[in-house]
Amino acid sequence: MAKSTSSDAQMLIRSLRTAYAATPTNLKIIDVYVVYAIVTAVIQVVYMGVVGSFPFNSFLSGVLFCVGTAVLAVCLRIQVNKENKEFKDLPPERPYADFVLCNLVLHLVIMNFLG
Amino acid sequence: MARNLRLLGFLALICASLSISGAAVIRPINDAHRSAALELFVPTNGSFGSLEEAYEALRTFQIFGVEKSTEISHATCPVVAEKLGSSSFISKDLFLALRVNSILGCQIDARTFEDVASKLQAVIKNASSLVDFHYGVEGLLHIKDQGISVALSDADGTFHSIKALSQSDGRWRYDSNSAESSTYAAGIALETLAGVVSLADKDVDQSKIGIVKHDIIKLFDSIKSYDDGTLYFDEKHVDASEYKGPLATSASVIRGVTAFAKVASGRLNIPSDKMLGLAKFFLSIGIPGCTKDLFNQIESLSHLEDNRVSIPLILSLPSTVLSLTTRDQLKVEVTTVLGSAAPPLTVSLVQAFRSDSKDTPVLENQELQFDSENTIHYLDIIPLKLDAGKYKLMFEISLHDPENLNTYATAGRTSVMAFITGSINIGKAEIGIFDSDSGKSEALQKLDLSRDSALSLAANHLQKLHLSFQLTTPLGHHFKPHQVLLKLRHETNVEHIFVMESSARQFKIVLDFLSLVEKFYYLSGKYEIELTVGDAAMENSFLRALGHIELDLPKPPEKAARPPPLPVDPYSRFGPKQEIAHIFREPERRPPKELSLTFLALTLLPFVGFLIGLMRLGVNLKSFPSSVVPASFSILFHAGIAAVLLLYVLFWLKLDLFTTLKVLGFLGVFLVFVGHRTLSHHASATAKLKSS
Repeated sequence: MAKSTSSDAQMLIRSLRTAYAATPTNLKIIDVYVVYAIVTAVIQVVYMGVVGSFPFNSFLSGVLFCVGTAVLAVCLRIQVNKENKEFKDLPPERPYADFVLCNLVLHLVIMNFLG
Repeated sequence: MARNLRLLGFLALICASLSISGAAVIRPINDAHRSAALELFVPTNGSFGSLEEAYEALRTFQIFGVEKSTEISHATCPVVAEKLGSSSFISKDLFLALRVNSILGCQIDARTFEDVASKLQAVIKNASSLVDFHYGVEGLLHIKDQGISVALSDADGTFHSIKALSQSDGRWRYDSNSAESSTYAAGIALETLAGVVSLADKDVDQSKIGIVKHDIIKLFDSIKSYDDGTLYFDEKHVDASEYKGPLATSASVIRGVTAFAKVASGRLNIPSDKMLGLAKFFLSIGIPGCTKDLFNQIESLSHLEDNRVSIPLILSLPSTVLSLTTRDQLKVEVTTVLGSAAPPLTVSLVQAFRSDSKDTPVLENQELQFDSENTIHYLDIIPLKLDAGKYKLMFEISLHDPENLNTYATAGRTSVMAFITGSINIGKAEIGIFDSDSGKSEALQKLDLSRDSALSLAANHLQKLHLSFQLTTPLGHHFKPHQVLLKLRHETNVEHIFVMESSARQFKIVLDFLSLVEKFYYLSGKYEIELTVGDAAMENSFLRALGHIELDLPKPPEKAARPPPLPVDPYSRFGPKQEIAHIFREPERRPPKELSLTFLALTLLPFVGFLIGLMRLGVNLKSFPSSVVPASFSILFHAGIAAVLLLYVLFWLKLDLFTTLKVLGFLGVFLVFVGHRTLSHHASATAKLKSS
């Protein structure tokens, strides 16, 4: 049974990888960006765990920025993805412009909160 | 009705003459006032500032007989000449200049005076307010004094116009428009009316003068009084703009009334005690501190000095403390207000009361003898057998010439407080300690209270301290001074004061230590003994240290009262205060620098990973527009985003939010515009590609 479980897991992973390879490049770029943001957030949490949360606002601003920009990237991905039926007619430039604008606002807010 | 009023008035007169006047010590004007005047009226380089102040100063000096200094004439005469020579019609300036000139005697030629006289005549003819009449008439009066002949053409008319402003209560209004009447204005009006009468070329109607005399009587009905018998005039309402105060108002009324009394034939029926009360008012203010008050005081008193109503005579004592030891005489002075001699009169001491027996007089009807060399009335008090103490003396003045009763005003009875001091004998002083159970005192020792002693006594809480002595006056009576105090002071400066009572012609105190143990806070030890005897009538009041007493008191119980804390030196509060140790918030523990830098590097690592991932995915710039205009817009778009990010970095480093938002506003608009162009171009390019 364990063997079947591990081989099931392996098969699952393999099928995931092949399916993923089929996604278009621009979506993959967005995925890389999301991963980058999450990893940065994790590193910041580890740092806080080590040294304590003294300037708590800085910690919050850092972590929440990473999470926020990841969220915006995910929204972009949803809207740009051609397989999504709701956003079929929308040219991808619109969501991209929204992404840029929202990111700039997020940057400003975080910069203010960073202290 | 009229008879009742007259009866009431007569009763009031009797009461007034019997009234006890004199809480304030009133003395006539003397050299102290003269030197005060010289100190207050100080000209700067010969001039006094304004013509009004110059007049006040010069008139005061004139009354005191101070020589006119040439410096003042040099400085003031040009001003006077300029005012009189100018072509202005301001009656106030002319009046002030003429007033000063009448004292200084500047060299003004007759033609100038005639010009001024004609101007003032015009002022009077057209005048409607009281002050205009006043300036015109008084100015003409001063010109007449210079020797120029002036006469008021329509004296009756002027008199009538001024009289028309009077009110029923004796006060005057300033002009026909003003609603309020003023006592100060009444004084001005009376002075002006007196001037009109003396300037008139034919006599003014006598009935009109009689009416004004009635007005003066009514004005005197509104006189006010203080408790000590002084009388003064004041306004009915204290109106801030016109209010001049009782001193100036009374001075104005006296000026007016005395001037009018000079020109009116017949007598003014003003009761003499009212004139005396007014004189006392001016004398009771002492030496005023400001020039206007001093001028008002001195000028009013000079008018009272020789007025035609009644001249007040002031009775005063040069010294109210008489010593039996130096055999002083009781001396009384009777003079006019400015210190001039009074007519022949006799002063008699009607009654003298001791302060402790106010009902029975100790002396009655003693006539004082007159020393004509020093113009002083005196009485030898030694043969009168008066003892030391505080006395109230009542004096009465009787004029020798009965005709003088109408000319002079003397108070009915004047009362003065005086002290007769003497040396008090202290005798039969004894002090001792005895046990409480034995009734008789055994260990009493004689004490000499004429000097300090150095007794050394000892007692415990079961014993009593006994002290007694007798005080006798020079005449041999028992004397009860104001203060007889025994003080015991502990080594720690805790003091206890006991008042000694007088009984059976001796002063005695018995300190029962058993009952005083708690009062003494159970403090045993050495106590210094001090005896204080003092009184105003005692010439040899003393504070004697008698020695010390060792007190042995039991131990204080648990709940005993502690002795009061010693008084703190009051200046110690100005010394340095105790140091305050500030406790600052400890700064937070920061991580070591190396750790922080390590994690900074670790944070940048994912960025590197991101770039590697992008390259592996085959990121390219293929759809970057090639033609110029779209390319430039694209470049501008990316440059705009970079600029915004740079702005944020600057914001974090040093800018504030408002500047950032302002710049962001411009950049944002730019970015939106450029981005729209770029993205729409890109979209259309992609659509073209798809369709083709």
